Amino acid sequence: MNLAARLGRRRVLRGMLGGAAVTVGMPFLDCFLDTNGTALADGTQLPTIFATWFFGCGLNPGRWEPKTAGKLVDLGPELEPLRPYMSKVNVLSGFKVHLDGKPALPHITGRIAVSTGVVPAAGQKTALPSVDTIIADQIGNKTRFRSIEVSCIGSRNSESVRAGNIMNPSEVSPAALYTRIFGPDFRDPNAADFVPDPKVMARQSVLSGVKDQLTDLQQMIGAADKVRLEEYLTSVRQLEQQLDLELQKPEPLKACSIPQKPTGELTPSAEVDTMHTNHKLFVQLIANALACGQTRVANIALTEGLSTLRRSGNAVIHHTHTHEEPVDPKLGYQPNVAWFVGNVMTAMAEMIATFDGLKEGDRSLLDRMLVWVSTETGYAKVHSTDNIPALTVGGANGRVRTGQHIQTAGDPITRVGLTVQQAMGVPVNSWGGDSMSTSRTITEILA
Amino acid sequence: MAKTLALVTVVSLAACILGSSQAAETTGLAPQRLVGMRRITQDQYRQIIADVFGKTIKLGGRFEPDQRDAGLLAVGASQVSVTASGFEQYDDMARSIAAQVVDEQHRPVMIPCAPASAQRPDDACAGKFLSSVGRVLYRRPLTQRELADEVKIASDVSSRLHDFYAGLGSALTGMLESAQFLFRQETARPAAADAAHLQLDGYSKASRLSFLLWNSAPDLPLLEAAEHGELDSSDGLARQADRMLASPRLEAGVRAFFSDMLGFSTFEGLAKDPVLYPKFSARIAADAQEQTLRTIVDLLLHQHGDYRDLFTTRTTFLTPLLGALYKIPVTTPDDLPDAWVRYEYPENAEQAGIISEASFVALHSQPGRSSPTVRGKALREVLLCQKVPDPPGNVNFALVQDTNNPDFKTARQRLTAHRSAPTCAGCHKIMDPIGLALENFDTTGAFRAMENGAPIDPSGEIDGIKFSDAKGLGKAIHDNPATTGCVVNRLFTYATGRTATKEEIGSMQRDFGQAFAKSGYDMKALLRSIATSNEFYRVAKPEIRADIPAASQLAQEGERR
Repeated sequence: MNLAARLGRRRVLRGMLGGAAVTVGMPFLDCFLDTNGTALADGTQLPTIFATWFFGCGLNPGRWEPKTAGKLVDLGPELEPLRPYMSKVNVLSGFKVHLDGKPALPHITGRIAVSTGVVPAAGQKTALPSVDTIIADQIGNKTRFRSIEVSCIGSRNSESVRAGNIMNPSEVSPAALYTRIFGPDFRDPNAADFVPDPKVMARQSVLSGVKDQLTDLQQMIGAADKVRLEEYLTSVRQLEQQLDLELQKPEPLKACSIPQKPTGELTPSAEVDTMHTNHKLFVQLIANALACGQTRVANIALTEGLSTLRRSGNAVIHHTHTHEEPVDPKLGYQPNVAWFVGNVMTAMAEMIATFDGLKEGDRSLLDRMLVWVSTETGYAKVHSTDNIPALTVGGANGRVRTGQHIQTAGDPITRVGLTVQQAMGVPVNSWGGDSMSTSRTITEILA
Repeated sequence: MAKTLALVTVVSLAACILGSSQAAETTGLAPQRLVGMRRITQDQYRQIIADVFGKTIKLGGRFEPDQRDAGLLAVGASQVSVTASGFEQYDDMARSIAAQVVDEQHRPVMIPCAPASAQRPDDACAGKFLSSVGRVLYRRPLTQRELADEVKIASDVSSRLHDFYAGLGSALTGMLESAQFLFRQETARPAAADAAHLQLDGYSKASRLSFLLWNSAPDLPLLEAAEHGELDSSDGLARQADRMLASPRLEAGVRAFFSDMLGFSTFEGLAKDPVLYPKFSARIAADAQEQTLRTIVDLLLHQHGDYRDLFTTRTTFLTPLLGALYKIPVTTPDDLPDAWVRYEYPENAEQAGIISEASFVALHSQPGRSSPTVRGKALREVLLCQKVPDPPGNVNFALVQDTNNPDFKTARQRLTAHRSAPTCAGCHKIMDPIGLALENFDTTGAFRAMENGAPIDPSGEIDGIKFSDAKGLGKAIHDNPATTGCVVNRLFTYATGRTATKEEIGSMQRDFGQAFAKSGYDMKALLRSIATSNEFYRVAKPEIRADIPAASQLAQEGERR
């Protein structure tokens, strides 16, 4: 039971909000946290957090997989930037998308199959939700934001898709994300004073009216539109919840600190240095938002599936290089592609460092996170959907064992999505369609 | 002073819209069935707010991105919903608009009455305002219950905050973020002589007509026509269609259609490598779209020209910025340095027609270089409505476009090598030969004669017709029978917000296509024949089968729509 419910605080405040703003002086309720700030005083752990971190165009087979299975003791050269964090990650190799004779649309089929568990039939779309939205529906209903999506290259698209093909758009500007999270509607959980705003209650009346007017519509609508209308209603409810939270004194969170508004943001683009700058700003903001209890689900897209990353002054983008660049006979790989992959992995290391660097008592934010790192292709040169790289990062509050290399010989990649859902407490026993259907959790990594 | 005058003029117009609608009764409406729900696009949202409240109302905030399906945002609009983050944005925007409408500057002209006290609720005044504004925003009269609910919100908030206008603003905010406003909701009843279809009601017809021709909500005469059942007769419908076709607002409708068909929303986020192409900027990208839209509006509406001439016309419109890109000197009056200038390409110019403009060649390119394949694909798909198959998996692209390879200096040489692979040949031979004709235009749209020191050969062929350069390609597109069939198909799809069925494609080409040809491919005639047709207002009756699980019907329905 949360603090507000225990104290019936909202009821109290509602009664006080007849007129002008009132200041409710609150003692700093440190007693509700344990002395380390790693859990609430009643022993409840700080909540587990889920994030996805997506990049396009895969990795080069033979250059990323660790040689040995089991305990993670070595890394392929392309994963080298992750070396400092070997104890905090799992590397999952050999997983593939089973096509069952359905077409492999380059960069699309793999993406949909990895995130929804189903390969779309020819000419069809899947109306299934991506894993992150299933998890967000499970754990994201008590926070201001059910989830937060960002793109580091300026695309408003995201990999986060709700049932019925409804895509959560990405934020492309760190400054805009800052305002959304830490702008005027933010309530500092550690503020000594709490000033509820009577205008918030006026906004609640408005939303209540918006919902009421949907009743007639819901009764006269067809099946496909019904899903869309219900999604709209869910979005109205999400804003209602934000307003509810604005009227409550939030639980104190020791590790919550309000960042400065980001500066140095570059006009979003897929140019590599710009991508790094904006990625860094985004992950820092997301770390702060998570530590401040604003959301429990974050979706970070470094690039799109068809990676448009480019090097300043160079005419050819990452994706084009994967297809056109010859394999250097001496090196045994495509040097330009390797350069882009190096940048992707450096960014990933930056992400891990940021989440791990935010300390909550003697632990880190990363310790209560599960980050699912995914891509849509195996060997991008030939648009392969075999051996699609996957990694997990973070211990998920002890639910995930890290520091392992799980090696399979062509298991469906849905095993990863299933495992991630189970780790996050989604009651699901099997997941995926046709040959991708699986009930085999990767038990080695589940604690 | 000028600013004040402008404000008064615009606000007066808005007041006129709001004021005269007070006569409308807020009668209950009992629609039989909701058959369509299209989210209004960003442009439509802007246009409606400007139409209803005047251009002085500023729109802050961002929109949830529109989505493209089957080549059109108009089709995507029938499939999207509003996500949580999207709703936050609509809420921000609605509150900002409402606050401006009821502020001290605007309220005297926007609100048709004054409350008995500015500190207390006044249901009569609130009702007057909300019913008139609601009728325009919801594109039909509010039901009695809707109006009562809105007045109650205004009253509750006015009481709580001791501010009549805050209450009114809250009710308006609710309307602006309601599903009734954000989605074009179409209601229908069974058609008398046609068991397989439903017939849209008058207000839904009015919306279809208005969004097609003006890209905005119906105006008061159209709503009144709907209210009086005029749109149910072909005479009444034709009267309204002709009135709207004669209005200068038709330009907004034509612009919206072509922006959608030509994929201009993709310009958002279009970047060119600033090191390689320092001249290209967001401003040039905006000017490039405007260049093409001006060319289209001038030829099709002002000159009543032939649609096919868009691909061969030597007339265009330029700014000095575009002139610098195209290396054409553009002189403007001293006091208007950014003015648009009408320009005729000389007979021997390399450019002619909209496919040689930056809005086409720069949009369909990579950030650092041109792409004959992407351009060829766009020509087929966007202008001829021909689907190019997706590339297969397991293709080896080695050596194909390595621009450093001394043997393959130009894109033509590199693509010829690529096409030698049998798995690639099938599709590339329908894209590359036409895309290569535009190789004289680099990724920004600037003209070039050479690539990597080798001369560019822009010759090619399309569907058996050979040509020697971009102008020849334009002529071939002009003469290709698929060109006019495509715009008919696209316009009908755009108008109905869904892909046409096979039967519809046949009948539209027969009915609309023939009339279009007879008119000399006059766009206005095509718009009129669609706007006044039965097909435009017909809705297939959804089949509900008890033996198929609801979820799979849902997926099928999604596909069908």
